[in-house]
Amino acid sequence: MGESLFNKVWDLHAVRELPTGQTQLFIGLHLVHEVTSPQGFQMLHDADLGVLCPERTFATVDHIVPTDTHARPLADGLAEQMLQALERNAKRHGIEFFDIGSGDQGIVHVIGPEQGLTQPGMTIACGDSHTSTHGAFGAVAFGIGTTQVRDVLATQCLALARPAVRRVEVDGPLGPGVYAKDVVLHVIRVLGIQGGVGYAYEFAGSTFDAMSMEERMTVCNMAIEGGARVGYVNPDETTFDFLRGRPHAPAGDDFENAIGWWRSMASDADAPYDDRVAIDARQIGPTVTWGINPGQSVGVDETLPALSEFPDGDRATAEEAYGHMGLRPGDKILGTKIDVAFIGSCTNSRLSDLREAARVVRGRSVAPGVRALVVPGSEAIKREAEQEGLHEVFRAAGFEWREAGCSMCLAMNPDKLVGNELCASSSNRNFKGRQGSPTGRTLLMSPAMVAAAAVGGRVADVRDL
Amino acid sequence: MSSEVEKIERREGRGIVVRGDDIDTDRVIPARYMKSISFAGLEEFVFADARRAQDGTPKDHPFNEARFEGASILVVNKNFGCGSSREHAPQALMRWGIRAIVGESFAEIFAGNCTAIGLPAVTAAGDDVAALMDVVELDPASPVVVDLTAGKLTSRAGSAPITMPAGARGQLLDGSWDAMRTLLAARDEIERKAGSLPYPGNFPAR
Repeated sequence: MGESLFNKVWDLHAVRELPTGQTQLFIGLHLVHEVTSPQGFQMLHDADLGVLCPERTFATVDHIVPTDTHARPLADGLAEQMLQALERNAKRHGIEFFDIGSGDQGIVHVIGPEQGLTQPGMTIACGDSHTSTHGAFGAVAFGIGTTQVRDVLATQCLALARPAVRRVEVDGPLGPGVYAKDVVLHVIRVLGIQGGVGYAYEFAGSTFDAMSMEERMTVCNMAIEGGARVGYVNPDETTFDFLRGRPHAPAGDDFENAIGWWRSMASDADAPYDDRVAIDARQIGPTVTWGINPGQSVGVDETLPALSEFPDGDRATAEEAYGHMGLRPGDKILGTKIDVAFIGSCTNSRLSDLREAARVVRGRSVAPGVRALVVPGSEAIKREAEQEGLHEVFRAAGFEWREAGCSMCLAMNPDKLVGNELCASSSNRNFKGRQGSPTGRTLLMSPAMVAAAAVGGRVADVRDL
Repeated sequence: MSSEVEKIERREGRGIVVRGDDIDTDRVIPARYMKSISFAGLEEFVFADARRAQDGTPKDHPFNEARFEGASILVVNKNFGCGSSREHAPQALMRWGIRAIVGESFAEIFAGNCTAIGLPAVTAAGDDVAALMDVVELDPASPVVVDLTAGKLTSRAGSAPITMPAGARGQLLDGSWDAMRTLLAARDEIERKAGSLPYPGNFPAR
C-alpha cells in the first residue's frame, strides 16, 4: 500500500509522539513577517532563549508596507516601529531579511517560492493563514499563531495533531476566461468554507497537472478559505522547472539528487485517502463572490440565489450577506457597479496574473469614477513586469502602478476602501470590514475579471471582451 | 510564558452570547488595530466594528451590554474564528476577560491559538448551544461551568456533553498547552532530525 505526500512528509518530520497523542513536528522552513512576529520574539526574549535554527528562518515585511512609496521612515509611525522591530530581531538572531529596497522584498507567500526557499517535501510554517500557498510545491505548509511562532523560533517544532487527507480531484480543461482563481472559488463553493476543517486538501487531477506553479499557488493559497489549513499539489516537472536556478534552490548535482528525492515524496498511485471528491472542470465558469465569505459565490452569468435555496444552517449568514452587500436574491451579479478595482495580494499578484490583467486592459481605459490599482507581489515581480512594459499598459489605462506589499487585501496600510465602496478584488477574503472600511464591500474574482470590471465600471464577463 | 505548569480542568463564570455562524477573526479584531508590537490593549477593540459606528457611537452588541459585564464564558455558533490566523483574536477576547469559549464548531487555526494561550474552546451540539444561549440571555448572572475533565457543560439549561480535539484537551489537562518547554525537552532529537532531513545540501545521491 502506498502513501500520500502529506503522510510521507508528516512522518519524515515527526520528532516524537507527545504524551497528548500529538506529534512534535519539525518545521523545515519558518517564514516571518512584521505583524505576527514581534510578540513572538518578545516572548522568546522573556524566556531567555534564542532562535534555534536561524538558517531555517527568513523574514520579510509586507502587511504594513505603504505601496505609494517605500521611502523610510514610513509615514505611519506605528508601521515604521513594526518594521524596525523586525529589523532588530532579524539582526539580533542572524535571520536573513528581505527588507524593502533590497530588491527581494515582497509578500511572504510570493517571495518564498521566488527565492527557491519553498521546496517539495518540506514542512513550512508562518504566522499567516495563507501559508497554505507553499503547498503548491508539494510542501506541507500552514499558518500558525504568534505563540506558535515563538515555539518555532525557540524549538523549530510545533505540537500538532495529524489531520485527515482529502483528495480534491478536478479533471478537464478550463474554458476560455476561466482561471485558477475560479477553480478554487468553485471548490470552496462546492465543499463549503468549513468543509476542510480537520483536513489537508490534496489538489489532484488533470486540471491541476496542467497548471503553472503560479496557478497552483493561487489554488493552494485559498485552501484555508475552504477551512483546510493545508492544501498541496504533488510535485512534478513543472515544479522542478520552476525551482531550477533559484537563489535558495539546491544547485548542481544536489539539484539532480533533489529531483529524485522530491519525486519519491509525491503521493503514490495507490495511496489511501480519508475522503475523495471529484469535480468536473468543464462546469467551472468565471466566478464572483457576492457575499461576506468566500463560499458565497456564483458564476458570473448566474443570478444570486433565493434565500429558500440555502440549507437552514446557512440562511441567516446569507441574509446578513445580502444586507451588508446591498444586493438582493435574484439580482444578476453581472453589471453590478463597482467603485474600486484591486489587482494584488498573495493570491493573485504574480507576473502571470499581471500579464492576464494587462491583456484585458490594453487599449482600454478605466471607467470614470473607478479607482484602480495594481500592486505587484514583490519587488522582483515589479521589475519583471516593468521590463515587459506592463506598467505602461496599466498606467495608460488609468490604473495606479504601486510598490510591492499586501495593500488593499487587508488594509493594514494606507490602501483602504472608504465608506461602502464596492471593490472588485483579486484578493482572498470578502469578510465584512476586511478592506479597511466596516461598511466596505468586496467581490472576489480573478485578476482578468477585475481588469474587465475596471474598464467597464461594472462586473463584466471577461469572455465577452 | 508562565514558568509554572498550569493545568486547566474547569472554567466557571457568567456567560456572554455572540450569535451567528462564520464569525471571522477580522470581525473579532479588525486588522487596523493590529498595528502594534505588543498585544497590550487589544481588549478595547474586540469586535470593534460591530460594537461602534464609525463616528464612535455604540451599537447594539453583547460586548457593550452592562448585563454581560464580567462575563467569562463566551457562547458562539458555527465556524467561529475562521479566516486570518491572527492570535490577536483570542488574545483580545482573553484580555477582555473571556476564559472559555463554547461553540458549535471552530476554525482550526483559531482553536489551536486558543489552546496555545490556555483558552479552552469546546464544542457542544447545536441544540445544547441554543439552549445555553437562551438561558444566558435570560439570566446573564447565572453560572456556566465548563468541565474539561468530565467533558460536561453545566448551566441553568442543565448538563450537556462537550468535546474538543483529544490532543488539545490533553494539553490543557496536563498543563502542556504552552508547548515550548515540552518541545525543547527533546532538543537532542530535534538536532538529530534536523541533521537527517533530505534538505538542500543533504539529498540522497541517486
